[in-house]
Amino acid sequence: MTETGIGAAVKRKEDFRFLTGRGTYTDDINRHGQTYAYILRSPHASAKIKSIDTSKAKQAPGVVAVFTGADYAADGKGGLPCGWLIHSKDGSPMVEPPHPPLVADFVRHIGDHVAVVIAETKAQARDAAELITVDYEELKPVVDTADALKPSAAQVWPQAKGNLCYDWHLGDKAAVDAAFAKAAHVTKLDLVNQRLIANAMEPRAAVADFDRATGEYTLYTTTQNPHVIRLLMGAFVLQIPESKLRIVAPDVGGGFGSKIFHYAEEAILTWAAGKLGRPIKWTAERSESFMSDAQGRDHVSHAELAMDKDGKFLALRVSTIANMGAYLSTFATCVPTYLYGTLLAGVYATPAIYVEVKAVFTNTVAVDAYRGAGRPEATYLLERLVDKAAREMKMDRIEIRRKNFIPRDAFPYQTPVALQYDSGDYHSTLEIAEKKADVAGFEKRRAEAKARGKLRGLGFSTYLEACGIAPSAVVGSLGARAGLYETASVRVHPTGSVTMFTGTHSHGQGHETTFAQIISSTLGMPLESIEVVHGDTNKIPFGMGTYGSRSLAVGGSALVKALDKVTTKAKRIAAHLMEANVADVEFKDGVFKVAGTDKSVPFGQVALTAYVPHNYPITELEPGLEETAFYDPLNFTYPGGCHICEVELDPETGVTQVVNFTAVDDVGRVINPMIVEGQVHGGLAQGIGQALLEGAVYDSGTGQLLSGSYMDYCMPRADDLCSFTVATHNTMCTHNPLGSKGVGEVGAIGSTPAVINAVLDALAPLGVTDITMPATPHKVWQAIQAAKPAKAAE
Amino acid sequence: MYDFSYHRPGSLADAAKALAASSDSKLLAGGMTLLPTLKQRLANPSDLIDLGAIAELKGIKVDGSGVTIGAMTTHAEVAHSAEVKKAIPALAALAEGIGDPQVRNRGTIGGSISNNDPAADYPAALLGLDATVQTNKRKIKAEDFFKGMFETALDEGEIVTAVSFPKPEKAGYAKFPNPASRYAMVGVMVAKTGGGVRVAVTGAGPVVFRQKDMEKALAGNFSADALANVGTDSKGLNSDMHGSAAYRAHLVGVMARRAVAAAK
Amino acid sequence: MPAVSMTVNGKAVTGNVEGRTLLVQFLRENLGLTGTHVGCDTSQCGACVVHLDGKSVKSCTILALQANGAKVTTIEGLASNGELHPMQAAFREHHGLQCGFCTPGMVMSAVDLASQNGDPSEQDVREWLEGNICRCTGYHNIVKAVQAGARAMRR
Repeated sequence: MTETGIGAAVKRKEDFRFLTGRGTYTDDINRHGQTYAYILRSPHASAKIKSIDTSKAKQAPGVVAVFTGADYAADGKGGLPCGWLIHSKDGSPMVEPPHPPLVADFVRHIGDHVAVVIAETKAQARDAAELITVDYEELKPVVDTADALKPSAAQVWPQAKGNLCYDWHLGDKAAVDAAFAKAAHVTKLDLVNQRLIANAMEPRAAVADFDRATGEYTLYTTTQNPHVIRLLMGAFVLQIPESKLRIVAPDVGGGFGSKIFHYAEEAILTWAAGKLGRPIKWTAERSESFMSDAQGRDHVSHAELAMDKDGKFLALRVSTIANMGAYLSTFATCVPTYLYGTLLAGVYATPAIYVEVKAVFTNTVAVDAYRGAGRPEATYLLERLVDKAAREMKMDRIEIRRKNFIPRDAFPYQTPVALQYDSGDYHSTLEIAEKKADVAGFEKRRAEAKARGKLRGLGFSTYLEACGIAPSAVVGSLGARAGLYETASVRVHPTGSVTMFTGTHSHGQGHETTFAQIISSTLGMPLESIEVVHGDTNKIPFGMGTYGSRSLAVGGSALVKALDKVTTKAKRIAAHLMEANVADVEFKDGVFKVAGTDKSVPFGQVALTAYVPHNYPITELEPGLEETAFYDPLNFTYPGGCHICEVELDPETGVTQVVNFTAVDDVGRVINPMIVEGQVHGGLAQGIGQALLEGAVYDSGTGQLLSGSYMDYCMPRADDLCSFTVATHNTMCTHNPLGSKGVGEVGAIGSTPAVINAVLDALAPLGVTDITMPATPHKVWQAIQAAKPAKAAE
Repeated sequence: MYDFSYHRPGSLADAAKALAASSDSKLLAGGMTLLPTLKQRLANPSDLIDLGAIAELKGIKVDGSGVTIGAMTTHAEVAHSAEVKKAIPALAALAEGIGDPQVRNRGTIGGSISNNDPAADYPAALLGLDATVQTNKRKIKAEDFFKGMFETALDEGEIVTAVSFPKPEKAGYAKFPNPASRYAMVGVMVAKTGGGVRVAVTGAGPVVFRQKDMEKALAGNFSADALANVGTDSKGLNSDMHGSAAYRAHLVGVMARRAVAAAK
Repeated sequence: MPAVSMTVNGKAVTGNVEGRTLLVQFLRENLGLTGTHVGCDTSQCGACVVHLDGKSVKSCTILALQANGAKVTTIEGLASNGELHPMQAAFREHHGLQCGFCTPGMVMSAVDLASQNGDPSEQDVREWLEGNICRCTGYHNIVKAVQAGARAMRR
């Protein structure tokens, strides 16, 4: 390991600009002659648009144009596509309703896009929007997930009978039924995984520009995957060829999934910029983000675990209703299926698993991937179920987990739900976490807290996730409508510096540093000589972006491949310069040597030779030193580990404080341990946030979003959290060249059930056995009150 | 935000004149509530009259009988005032718990009480400590000042100039913040004064109110234990996604006991 | 439109604004100081924190005209001669930032804390940061950075 290479805790290259206010986020970009858009949104969850009158708005000061859904439809432009086709049990394809960026006839959730006003200033656009008269006929909405399938429920789409999008299943039902029939004990659990809102701190924004000279469109947008937006918007929505469409994702202030998707505003702005021949900027206000960013989670599930008399798992049966919201967002459909059902083995050698998922439409904002996407839902369900099973079987919570872990020597391990795990060591991560969390000393701490009138609880989660999304052939066979490889280009400049182009996108993850470290290690050059470029379709050959903890495992692997090509060619040039056989050329620490001799040339000289080819093997090699690689993974990667949460609860108020949190994760090869720890910390905060603080709450009757601002949506703040104890214990991924598994989501996936299990552990002496998330003080207090009569009767 | 004409008078008299000049003008104090409200376009005043340049509205005066705080004194100034901390520590502690540091650097006592948000902290201080509100026209006892949700005794054209707090024997404030907004879900000011014990509750109901059962219980025995069996009727209390009326009623008891225990 | 003038990062600036123009808009749009960010519309996230006459304030909840005649410092005014301010350096050293969006407000808020408390405890820092929301870091490294930055500022 060098000071700047793989494994070093290098300080980030990107920090200087962020710390000095020089980062360039989308809203910081201004184009000459720029106008401003304001989107008029639906105030109703469900209504028919009887008429829209925009005449007064069009006359308002500064207004350039007002467009409605009718204008959009008249131009023959398309709707927003869904990227993953799911088939139901009976083989029928999912119901895929239209998703126009501007609606013409019906609004289907609060915040739905009714019209766009474009004006010389932002304030003028908003002023004018108030002059638009929309005559709505309000309709009864369907809001709650659990209500959507009821016969009495209002219908979101006529083509989706009973609000059903698909009825999917996975696993061997007969084998599961047979296992349940012979079970010594069955543990049953009903639970809700509540809806969340990603809330990246930078609200979504876009600036669209149209060059009347070249006919080229440029869209600066807050996206995690510019090429995907170019493909979806160009090919499916606006019919603009890639050669005329440039997407730039500059500095992006966090994503967590919510900036993967192709959003209506992107299409509206690009379309309108072309019509008007002027640049247009739109920046969401936070209250708009609440009702227009795709939201996350929202499952209602029933689970049953069959065990033998010793607590060995025999089979798992899960039935889930997953809320899609009113429209199908870009990747919504794969989240509760292939990112959820396939994860239900977790770290356990459960021999038979059957899961069925009914996806439903409701009059709510669309739901899609949010940090973890499907995997937190699977982990929460499993880890709650295992804890409950331990209680019912009167077994120790750690012991029941150990007994059922997939053993260290069982890899590769084929689960009954399609995935094949390549590596892992769940016993060790648990053992290390137990020590770091001082589980042995917990009872003493519990007693000490009790003396102060407080309740302490300890909760465990031993989890696994699938990430490094994704092997194209596998996901293609499962309905993905795109490949999920990644690209990297390495351009060596004549004087030896390097620019690397990646199709992944960094919006906080620190790719400019991590990828530079891989290059530094491989080519033996200082970080200052390396630039990493991302986020511009005109600069980068192609890419699928950043989500699903894929950037290093897939994008980093593409970089390794590209670097292999660079060094292979450079060796041939070096061999020529040293008049040696290429087989004898070695490359180490930035210097080419002929094995067994003192002949050497530095990398810089080879680079210069490639571009100034005066002495060059021109009949065998092209000049230049630049290589591109595409890498398609062979399998998912499988990070996993153990999270242990310790809470202290005030029974008088119901306030829960996380007092210790220990995470020991297996993330494969670590490039920069500082960045890895930071990723885990952030994930933990979001996972703890789901457990204790956050929840998107809609009014069941009207579909109004009650938690529509930070006044009501509780974001985790510094004083809600404690310092964390994090560590890694890594087994290498066996099928990618780096051995890396991914770390972006582990914190959010593993932590949530550990927190709730800790809360229930703390409340157990009071007779509380269940609580719904978020476990707010109010809910904890209610749970204590509800348990009182039964406890008193004991 | 709708546009408006902005005025920055240098004296109270000029401010009153500007206020009277238009029927839909509004006073701007710290702006911590008014500006977010305007941003949401929930109000559309023609004129904003900024009180920020009026020196006579600023400052803290402490004498043997109590503390007088100018209307445009910020929460941070009250919280950090060594004199307030000495005279009425509970008042400084209450101010230190309002909003966040940046809000405390701008928000003012006059703005807070004139707005009379049901979840604001200062109304509990005024009612609990038996304060008197001074305006450019008259003096109003706290008892008579807070009328209802976002409603006060202030007349058109009336401007709060200062608040006077008599020094209590001891007082304590305890607050249970809304987890999201950090406003008081329940805040209780308990004060032992020459005129008896006062218990004022904010956050729980539509407007700050006195919990007289607790006052009676504490009159004879000013200790947390005296409140052990004193309940609060949940009827008429606020209920929302963050807490039911019953929970708020329960919290009134918990916060009152903690306020008594903390009283200095 | 009314005229406004103030001193921003040591330089006298003037401009014409509407009554409703917020200080953050004036900084970003009139002066091009885009380091100050807007992350919410309820004065809670703190991405817009700047110093007004030496105190940290939320520039999204102040009218530009209210700052007439004041001294304003933004994140762009903190580093001098290309050298990071000790608080900025501490954020880098302790990996107290990821996406960078909350960072300017976080740093400006932290500098205000450090000016009042040169050796804040973990709890001091966590309570002080009530008005600054970060979605990336889980605050763990921010807390370490603020403590280290405050100590460095004393030197």
